[in-house]
Amino acid sequence: MSFHTPESLQEAARAEWARIQSLPQPLKPRDRLSIPMQEMPAQEPLARARNMQEVALGYFEEQARVEAARCLQCKNAPCVQGCPVRISIPRFIAALAEGDPAKAIAVIKETSLLPAVCGRVCPQETQCQEPCTVGKSLKSVEKAVSIGRLERYAADWEREHGAAAAPVVAPPTGKKVAVVGSGPAGITVAADVRRAGHEVVLFEAFHKAGGVLVYGIPEFRLPKAIVRAELDTLKKMGVEIRTNFVVGRTRRITDLIAKDGFDAVFVGSGAGLPKFMEIEGENLVGVYSANEYLTRSNLMRAYDRERAVTPIHAAQRVAVLGGGNVAMDAARTALRLGAKEVHLIYRRTEVEMPARVEEVAHAKEEGVQFHMLQNAKRILGENGKVAGIECLRYELGEPDASGRRRPVEIKGSEFQMGMDAVIVAIGNESNPLIEQTTPGLEVDKWGHIVTDENGRTSLPKVFAGGDIVLGAATVILAMGEGRKAAAAINEMLKG
Amino acid sequence: MNQILSKEQLSQDVYRMRIRAPLIAEERKPGQFIILQLDTEFGERIPLTIADADAKEGSITIIFQAVGKSTKLLARMEEGEKIANLVGPLGRPTHIEKFGTVVCVGGGIGVAPLYPIAQGMKEAGNRLVVVIGARTKELVILEKEMRAIADEVIVCTDDGSYGRKGLVTAPLKELCEGDPKPDLAVAIGPPIMMKFCALTTKPYGVPTVVSLNTIMIDGTGMCGGCRVTVGGKTKFVCVDGPEFDGHQVDFDQMMQRLGSYREQEKIAAAGCNLHNEAVKKGLKE
Repeated sequence: MSFHTPESLQEAARAEWARIQSLPQPLKPRDRLSIPMQEMPAQEPLARARNMQEVALGYFEEQARVEAARCLQCKNAPCVQGCPVRISIPRFIAALAEGDPAKAIAVIKETSLLPAVCGRVCPQETQCQEPCTVGKSLKSVEKAVSIGRLERYAADWEREHGAAAAPVVAPPTGKKVAVVGSGPAGITVAADVRRAGHEVVLFEAFHKAGGVLVYGIPEFRLPKAIVRAELDTLKKMGVEIRTNFVVGRTRRITDLIAKDGFDAVFVGSGAGLPKFMEIEGENLVGVYSANEYLTRSNLMRAYDRERAVTPIHAAQRVAVLGGGNVAMDAARTALRLGAKEVHLIYRRTEVEMPARVEEVAHAKEEGVQFHMLQNAKRILGENGKVAGIECLRYELGEPDASGRRRPVEIKGSEFQMGMDAVIVAIGNESNPLIEQTTPGLEVDKWGHIVTDENGRTSLPKVFAGGDIVLGAATVILAMGEGRKAAAAINEMLKG
Repeated sequence: MNQILSKEQLSQDVYRMRIRAPLIAEERKPGQFIILQLDTEFGERIPLTIADADAKEGSITIIFQAVGKSTKLLARMEEGEKIANLVGPLGRPTHIEKFGTVVCVGGGIGVAPLYPIAQGMKEAGNRLVVVIGARTKELVILEKEMRAIADEVIVCTDDGSYGRKGLVTAPLKELCEGDPKPDLAVAIGPPIMMKFCALTTKPYGVPTVVSLNTIMIDGTGMCGGCRVTVGGKTKFVCVDGPEFDGHQVDFDQMMQRLGSYREQEKIAAAGCNLHNEAVKKGLKE
């Protein structure tokens, strides 16, 4: 994909909008299918690979209207079925096509709480955009209506126009709810429970609230200002945010209920212990979990070498192991921290990569080198520090239980590459802290908290949702879980 | 919250601070630690052990050595000032029970986290022997406090300026050779000291607990920066520790990992205005 400047995209959209206006109205499906998909304006790849500012700049108004005009307004709305929180997608897109972003955001907010976040980080191509009729007609999911970009447009319009009003809060009920973890699940529960008039305290272990949105997802993909705005809304609603509070250690869950008088507790403590490959050399200096690497750069601001006290290695050659969004974030962060070469090593092929298509495309444009069908066998060290990596080549064999063709190692295919840092981004195991400190709380064999479909755990008054229940999932799924749990909490506290 | 209630200089670089932290004071148990940060935007998070706590007053006591950029800044703070961020108690508490005779070996400021553990061991009915080691007389800390609770206290200094001349491993070896030999040893101090304490007790089969203070960010099991190899397996100091079987810890690897940022730390601690330029230069070399 060649790079188009934002100006040229705006110019093209303007011309396209004029053409659309000249067609007989209302538009026929054939006309709509002829409208080209609007590309996301972005910073120039080589420039952005050296700065921390957001890569995707958001649609111009002209682009939003053109893109919205592509929507066929299907009666059966397959896109809605693909959305974990069932946003009324055709309705909000129709509002944008009419040039009414205020109405569009109102429709989105009927069901979604964090559109500015989800518009940026949801894997739309496997959710709402996957079943889109436009994409199906044009035989490519990449040509589906860009629902995520339109969602982001509406949400950004609201924020930039100061149009966001804090949701109305019901009169005080005298009930108190503790929300553990201030990531997507916790933010959602806090908002929904507070709206019902209950007092809410949102507990965060770190010194800053926002969870993975702040420590994990980099500034260049999700600006911190957006997360801050969401948290400010919570504060305006009267939610108390308590940072530096590790539930389980600073206070046990059982004590929050028995001693501190909370009527319900929601646990959204997130994914935990980073997984390692369990290969030789993994504890060498210069080997990071993606969690550590990203936290150093994002939350601790190590990229700001002038001011931050927290250090990070200024590696020249970096290997990233994994193929998910976190791997892309780590690889792209390494470039921004000054790496000359970043090598992303993945056992399967690009088709199987769980990362969002846009992140993969962005990483490639920025110069991350992709090594498919390879895997690290050991990390080589010199004086206790990373000196290189030994990989094995793989080929695709028979399909496994997931239906994906299983990568099979090619015997004797070992080869080595010189590296001075290795980032392991192969997922997380569940955090044992809550389990260790909460007797009677049922967890499964992976340590995930067991809940019913409404987020109820085995302990009365205790609910859970997000990654601590699902394993590593997405922002939108955590939010969906949070909404269900919040509804169950509100039901329990009624009357 | 987080106000400094008192500050005392114990020796040249060692300070004791009482800090208002009612929740931590109420919940903390021997062996646990806190993480503090002096600036919410750009500060680093540093783990420090809890030396004592007063639940009634709602305070905890930390003893630290001003060696890095943040500990030097902390040492410059005065009574009444507030620490921006303080979180805890973190880590698993020490396993305390009646073992019989327990030898607690502390080196340098390692004596600080050792104190609540020694206290707990004594309260559980153990015979308590404390070995305190320091480079020189003026670096010996908490001797009086330890004497008040221990059945026997042995002080060693490297230069012989106070107590016995030599390393803590010498009296530890003698104790292991005694009859009866100790039922448990707890060693806290510089990694090299803990390594040699573990090597000393091993031939005698005296179980030895060590408390590791590694590089950490969150301290709650999320980043994995604190990982160490124990018995051939990777463990996280923050959630699996900080205490481990000293006979199983790979100290050499731990020391290497502790030195991950030594260059940057040296430069940062120098506090020189040119430090950023120097970091860049240092990293290029």
